[in-house]
Amino acid sequence: MKFGVVVFPGSNCDQDCHYVIEEVLKKPVKYIWHKDTKLDGFDCLILPGGFSYGDYLRTGAIARFSPIMKSIIDFASKGKAVLGICNGFQILLEAGLLPGAMLRNKDIHFICKYVYVNTENNRTRFTSTYKKNQVLKIPIAHNEGNYYIDEKGFEELERNNQIIFRYCNRQGEINEESNPNGALDNIAGIMNKEGNVLGMMPHPERSSEPELGSTDGRLIFESIVNWLKEK
Amino acid sequence: MIKAEIYITLKKTLADPQGLAIKHALDSLGYDTVNDVRTGKLITVELNLKDRKEAEKKIDDMCKKLLANPIIEDYKFQIKGEK
Repeated sequence: MKFGVVVFPGSNCDQDCHYVIEEVLKKPVKYIWHKDTKLDGFDCLILPGGFSYGDYLRTGAIARFSPIMKSIIDFASKGKAVLGICNGFQILLEAGLLPGAMLRNKDIHFICKYVYVNTENNRTRFTSTYKKNQVLKIPIAHNEGNYYIDEKGFEELERNNQIIFRYCNRQGEINEESNPNGALDNIAGIMNKEGNVLGMMPHPERSSEPELGSTDGRLIFESIVNWLKEK
Repeated sequence: MIKAEIYITLKKTLADPQGLAIKHALDSLGYDTVNDVRTGKLITVELNLKDRKEAEKKIDDMCKKLLANPIIEDYKFQIKGEK
């Protein structure tokens, strides 16, 4: 079982992801530079948060054309696991590996704080160790997390249970007050139809140890590990 | 050499919070005739091409592939000068 953390120029959560896999989960992990093209031997790729290419043009728009991305699209098309966190999610959207797009936060602020998200679907390789509707305390840190998709696309997401996390309050109620950024229908994380690519705005790598105030994020990585073990 | 200006804006159906914030600022300055403000991006390009048609096709390709995100944005462009 081997994890890979993809490093783009401007990624800044790559070391946190690497640390959680290696030190918290005790699993093998390697950095993958965005100019590499080989992904032999990897079972799960993580596209970390940050500001790839300074967020120039649109978030993720330039990273999406990094040399590694062709290999990642190929990797995903083989059904292997890809997790995009924050900027990683934005890159997956721009690359077309996930549907929809990100707009600027509704209040045009960069938001960096703990929020709550509801686990809408726990029957995935990324969320199997959560209970259905489990409320997670997990931080967000972004300027463009206002998820948008057209009506037809949204219906498809719902129909296929592709909405994995929704912003909610501590009690798990999903409403406008618990929506930090204006995201359509409080969407915080979605999966592709095939179920092997997950994108999420909250940072599980920043909530994997008690010292950080929450360990709710760790179960994402543990779910992946369990899934890879049983595969 | 052909110069062109490319304008990228959020789709009209989408809210533009930045435009709204600017409108509020204009309101507070007393510009009470401002009905709506929307923002966008201006990108200028210089192409090593002579043929206008070819340049237009190239720019259209660039917009579709990279410069605009068709899910949320519209684009238009204008050839500004030929040398």
